[in-house]
Amino acid sequence: MTTTATIIEAFGIKKIYKRGAERVAAIDGLSLTLKEGEFLSIIGPSGSGKTTLLNILGCLDNPTSGKLAVGGITVHDNGRGLSESQLTRIRRQLFGYIFQNFYLIPTLTVLENVLVPFTFFKKRGAEKDVMAILKNLGLDKRAGHLPRELSGGEMQRVAIARALVNHPSVLLADEPTGNLDSERSREIGQVLRQLNEKEGLTIVLVTHNPELALSARRIMTLKDGKIVEEQARPEH
Amino acid sequence: MKNRQRLSLFQIAWKNLARKKTRSFLTVVGIALATWVLISLFGFNSGYKNSLDRDIDNLGFQMLVVAKGCPYEAATLMLKGGTGLKYMNEDIVKLITREPEVESVTPMLMQVVFDPNKGQSGGLTAFLGIDPATFPRLKPGLSFKQGSWFTNPEAREVVMGYEAAELEQREVGDVYLIPEKEVELKVVGILNRSGTQDDGTIFLPLQTLQKIFGQEGQLTSVGIKVNKETNLPLFEEKMFKLPDVQVVSLTQVKTTIMTLVSTARILVLSIALIAILISIMGVINTVLMSVMERQKEIGILKALGALASDVFKLIWLETSLLCLLGGLLGAGLAVLTSSLTEYLIRQLLPFSPSGGLISIDARLILISITAVVLLGLLSGIYPAFRAARMRPLEAIRSEEE
Ligand SMILES: Nc1ncnc2c1ncn2[C@@H]1O[C@H](COP(=O)(O)OP(=O)(O)O)[C@@H](O)[C@H]1O
Ligand SMILES: [Mg+2]
Repeated sequence: MTTTATIIEAFGIKKIYKRGAERVAAIDGLSLTLKEGEFLSIIGPSGSGKTTLLNILGCLDNPTSGKLAVGGITVHDNGRGLSESQLTRIRRQLFGYIFQNFYLIPTLTVLENVLVPFTFFKKRGAEKDVMAILKNLGLDKRAGHLPRELSGGEMQRVAIARALVNHPSVLLADEPTGNLDSERSREIGQVLRQLNEKEGLTIVLVTHNPELALSARRIMTLKDGKIVEEQARPEH
Repeated sequence: MKNRQRLSLFQIAWKNLARKKTRSFLTVVGIALATWVLISLFGFNSGYKNSLDRDIDNLGFQMLVVAKGCPYEAATLMLKGGTGLKYMNEDIVKLITREPEVESVTPMLMQVVFDPNKGQSGGLTAFLGIDPATFPRLKPGLSFKQGSWFTNPEAREVVMGYEAAELEQREVGDVYLIPEKEVELKVVGILNRSGTQDDGTIFLPLQTLQKIFGQEGQLTSVGIKVNKETNLPLFEEKMFKLPDVQVVSLTQVKTTIMTLVSTARILVLSIALIAILISIMGVINTVLMSVMERQKEIGILKALGALASDVFKLIWLETSLLCLLGGLLGAGLAVLTSSLTEYLIRQLLPFSPSGGLISIDARLILISITAVVLLGLLSGIYPAFRAARMRPLEAIRSEEE
């Protein structure tokens, strides 16, 4: 039996927000482990802490307490964390992000948008796969178009391509279909599932759409900052 | 399909500016105007000084000796209607020539006449009697459009300044009559335009003029050229000791003019500095605004791997691009409008030399553009710092709203 590498290891994570005098625990002592090749979706009602958790796992936000290690590096240990530039270096090695709003740069073409990460950082040889990634996402004919000429589903696929060009270890997706109709949502779900199953990409998907959550093999339900349920996708 | 698989920071910056075309354009125009004022001003500074120097060198003599109380400038003379003329005896020339510092000396007699046929209500005409042997040598700057100097020291001939000839519509070979004096003179030469008072003057041989006006043996001024090594202030003092004369040193005149001009220049320079300050504020404002508007996008760039220093560079690049464009446009404007500016300045100045007032060269343009870009870099620091400090989270957070 081969042991797959652990990419994210979180233990006893808490995130406390102060709201006036009140202190709200958006994440309340949560632990989880993510291994290479996994596809995890996190579901839960609005305000349950999904975004907060994803941001912490993706090193975009610091937990108030707890321990977090990504790619074998301890980035946070009980209130003490790495500097912003150290975090940036870890983020660009390990993570690709997509969001509900696609955040494409409106004046750049599809191809240019996808190339933006290379302006700051490029993994060796990454550029030769760009066209393949676009083709895989059905965007090869759209390379020269501007974002405003695309449909919402296409825009999100461009965002996915942009997140993938530097070969991240994990793709983190926060409500990627929040702005799409159910048809396009299903399409994105298929794209993610295919990336996981065919390319072995590790994915963490946050959504309140139960159908989309079923694209993943491992489904976690969050409520009030705690995991209330964890299940595997029923195979059929 | 072969694609360039690389997008430079420069391209991103450029396209960011292109996004708000009007705003970027207005900012660039602000900088351009400031640069334009700056270049024109410094161009004027060096151009004016050069021309003034050249004009004074063209005068040929550094010093003018006139009778005490006599106005020495033709313009002043004209204003006074030619009444202020005072005379010296020709003997003064010998006295001056004795001084070892003197290289050459040229005696002159000026006469001003009211001509009822000039213009609509009559006007004044200035005649200058000159010594054909010395005057042309001392005034190498005068050149002929037609003809040449007099045939002999007593010839009944005139040489006309460019404007005088135009006004009287005379050509070489024509006859010229001095108003009220029944003397016929022959036009033997017409000078090229010099931009000085010589243009309106009619030249005669000294002796001829003295005879016509009954001023035998009299002079109004003596031009002096001294040796190169001469200590001018010392020599001036010596000349002051001569009886009943006053000395007008042209270096003195030049200093007076330059002082006047530099006072005006300081004023304009302050205006230029204010213009630059305002346009810099405009740049800061524009860039800061676009940084605030793009908060989310900047956050995303950071999530895509941009370090704080990358974002800083990007915003800095945008600022410098605005300033560089403004600088180039302003320099172009300054070059294109230099003759208009020159015209306007001529209207304002008490005395304008004949040569170009504004000299804009590559060095000046380069220095000005560099200065503007440096100022731009300076003003870009704050917005760039603000942008660099933004955290990627802010971008993602704000979508929850
Ligand atoms: N910046 C913040 N300041 C204060 N409270 C916050 C902030 N961000 C999120 N919260 C709170 O934390 C809780 C979890 O929010 P979030 O992670 O966005 O939930 P979800 O993504 O599941 O809707 C909510 O109660 C929310 O109001
Ligand atoms: Mg959320």
